[in-house]
Amino acid sequence: MNQSVFEPWNDPNAKPLIQFKGVTKRFGEFTAIDNQTFDIYEKEFFALLGPSGCGKTTMMRMLAGFEAPTEGQIWLDGQDIAPIPPNKRAVNMMFQSYALFPHLSVWDNIAFGLKRDGLPPDAIGDRVGEMLKLTRLEKFAKRKPHQISGGQRQRVALARSLAKAPKLLLLDEPLGALDAKLRQDTQFELMDIQETTGTTFVIVTHDQEEAMTVASRVAVMDDGRIMQADTPANIYEMPNSVYVADFIGDVTIIEGTATRNGNGYDIAFAEGQPSLHAESEIDLTDGSRAALAIRPEKVSISAEKPENTRNALQGKILDIAYLGNLSTYHVELPTGQIVKAQAANTRRLSRRSFTWEDEVWISWTDTAAVLLEA
Amino acid sequence: MRRVVLIAVPYLWLLALFLVPFIIVLKISLSDYALSIPPYTPKLDFAAGWEGIKAFFSALDFENFTFLTTDDLYWKAYLSSVQIAAIATLCTLLVGYPIAYGMANAPDHWRPTLMMLVILPFWTSFLIRVYSWMGILSTEGYLNQLLIGMGLISEPLTILNTNTAVYIGIVYTYLPFMILPIYATLERMDASLLEAAEDLGCSRIQAFWLVTLPLSRNGIIAGCFLVFIPTIGEFVIPALLGGSDTLMIGKVLWEEFFNNRDWPVASAVAVILLLILIIPIILFQRNEQKQREAEG
Ligand SMILES: Nc1ncnc2c1ncn2[C@@H]1O[C@H](COP(=O)(O)OP(=O)(O)OP(=O)(O)O)[C@@H](O)[C@H]1O
Ligand SMILES: [Mg+2]
Repeated sequence: MNQSVFEPWNDPNAKPLIQFKGVTKRFGEFTAIDNQTFDIYEKEFFALLGPSGCGKTTMMRMLAGFEAPTEGQIWLDGQDIAPIPPNKRAVNMMFQSYALFPHLSVWDNIAFGLKRDGLPPDAIGDRVGEMLKLTRLEKFAKRKPHQISGGQRQRVALARSLAKAPKLLLLDEPLGALDAKLRQDTQFELMDIQETTGTTFVIVTHDQEEAMTVASRVAVMDDGRIMQADTPANIYEMPNSVYVADFIGDVTIIEGTATRNGNGYDIAFAEGQPSLHAESEIDLTDGSRAALAIRPEKVSISAEKPENTRNALQGKILDIAYLGNLSTYHVELPTGQIVKAQAANTRRLSRRSFTWEDEVWISWTDTAAVLLEA
Repeated sequence: MRRVVLIAVPYLWLLALFLVPFIIVLKISLSDYALSIPPYTPKLDFAAGWEGIKAFFSALDFENFTFLTTDDLYWKAYLSSVQIAAIATLCTLLVGYPIAYGMANAPDHWRPTLMMLVILPFWTSFLIRVYSWMGILSTEGYLNQLLIGMGLISEPLTILNTNTAVYIGIVYTYLPFMILPIYATLERMDASLLEAAEDLGCSRIQAFWLVTLPLSRNGIIAGCFLVFIPTIGEFVIPALLGGSDTLMIGKVLWEEFFNNRDWPVASAVAVILLLILIIPIILFQRNEQKQREAEG
């Protein structure tokens, strides 16, 4: 195995830092986390992604020690953490609601955890100074939380959780309230911190791009379950379910019946339309339902019927979304199905080749689409 | 116009219920004792016109206030009242805080019931409640019977007619005034703050000292003033539960009015009492104001 690639989850000898072993969490009748088993490795940057209410915060709170699993165990560093109270865990959490102490200044908020460790005042001062600098809060050190803006509060919460340099850092939507520029800077800052301190990060975010940028692995959650946990590239290129494909990025899903053909399957998706072909390693019985997930950037758009491709369909441009460097074309097939195609805007807007209502051909290669069980 | 009326209402209220009575009391305090009805001179005689008013004002003086300084009974009574009020306030705080804390941490569906229990005593007469304490605390009272019955003591304790009984009475009576503002601040507190404190390495007890207590400060201050201010002038409790050596200004005031029938001296005592109370009242208002600003 290549040493320079950080992929402990593929290394059978790697020892995980966190192990969820059949963890279920119920609130009364409601199941927030549903029998989850997975590992997080040391120095990972593990991102939890999923719709609101899918159980991300609950997962974090179990790691921090504020909720106990209803069933199953969580191991940290080879040890069941159930009996360890939150204040004894080498885990710090940045709360989604920030939970800043309103009676303490920004400085004292950041110093709070350090003081509990009984560090000498000089060391505390230095560390707090470092954190203030990192989060660009030097000017606000003396202010109380209610005297600073929402984004500044978020940075205080981040600084406070970073200050103790914990073994595991839980960040619940740490950058949501920051503007794009500061968010990007902080993302890189987090990655830097991660590299220099070797801290393991578990981060919740609603921002896919953010998850893709910072994470070593992304876990896509739905309804208390992790649907897929993999590298950003794999999640994007090889989603294991329609849900994941649909949740991450832009995608067109075409459903049909599959028939084995060579290295893949032919998908018949509508009367009067040619069947589509996709190479795939999954096992499907002939005639079973399947879904093709096609990323818009893998779909070409042309005026003439392209040669040498099995996947070519004709349709009409319904809508064009201009994204600056790219445009996304929504092409409607005669069946009513809409396929998204993306093209680089190499020419000026006024000289663009296609416009609304144009009849066009869309096409993609045999390996472009991912075949999934429907 | 409507705004003027709206603003005028509280001021008229204040004028009618506070300022006018206060001016009357102040006027009496500047008068002299007399064997008449009412028992003081001079009396304002509008019939005599301008001359009458002038005569009236020239007859007023500060004699009664000077008199208060010559007899050490009065300043001792003031001092003792403040002292008793301060100790009683502290006791009320020590009893009230845990109750408020318990209420704030009780399950949601219990809270209205607990709140009700705190307010419930207000629905019976204050006098009856203090009287019943006499029944509990007297030498043959329920408390002594219970303690003797349990074999904890052999001789009955003398509690009634001592300062201890006064403290018990005050703590009992004013407890809701302490509990409610503290409960209000505790209940508003964000529970995630305690989690954050624990997450950063605090034990439960440390988290209480470093987070809960400072954040309930305003409730504590408000509760203490709400107990302290009325307790200074308290009359019924020391009169019924206290002994002959319980010295409180409310009792002195009562005796001046009704035993000595010396209205001018009694009024002077009341005016001084009010002046003493103004300091904590202003401090209390400041605290409320600051709290509103911090939240606004
Ligand atoms: N203490 C609780 N009692 C009952 N239900 C709860 C409790 N805490 C969370 N839940 C429920 O568990 C589910 C998961 O909640 P959680 O806070 O983990 O969601 P989340 O993924 O963090 O959502 P968001 O992205 O909106 O923050 C939600 O449906 C929520 O209503
Ligand atoms: Mg959440």
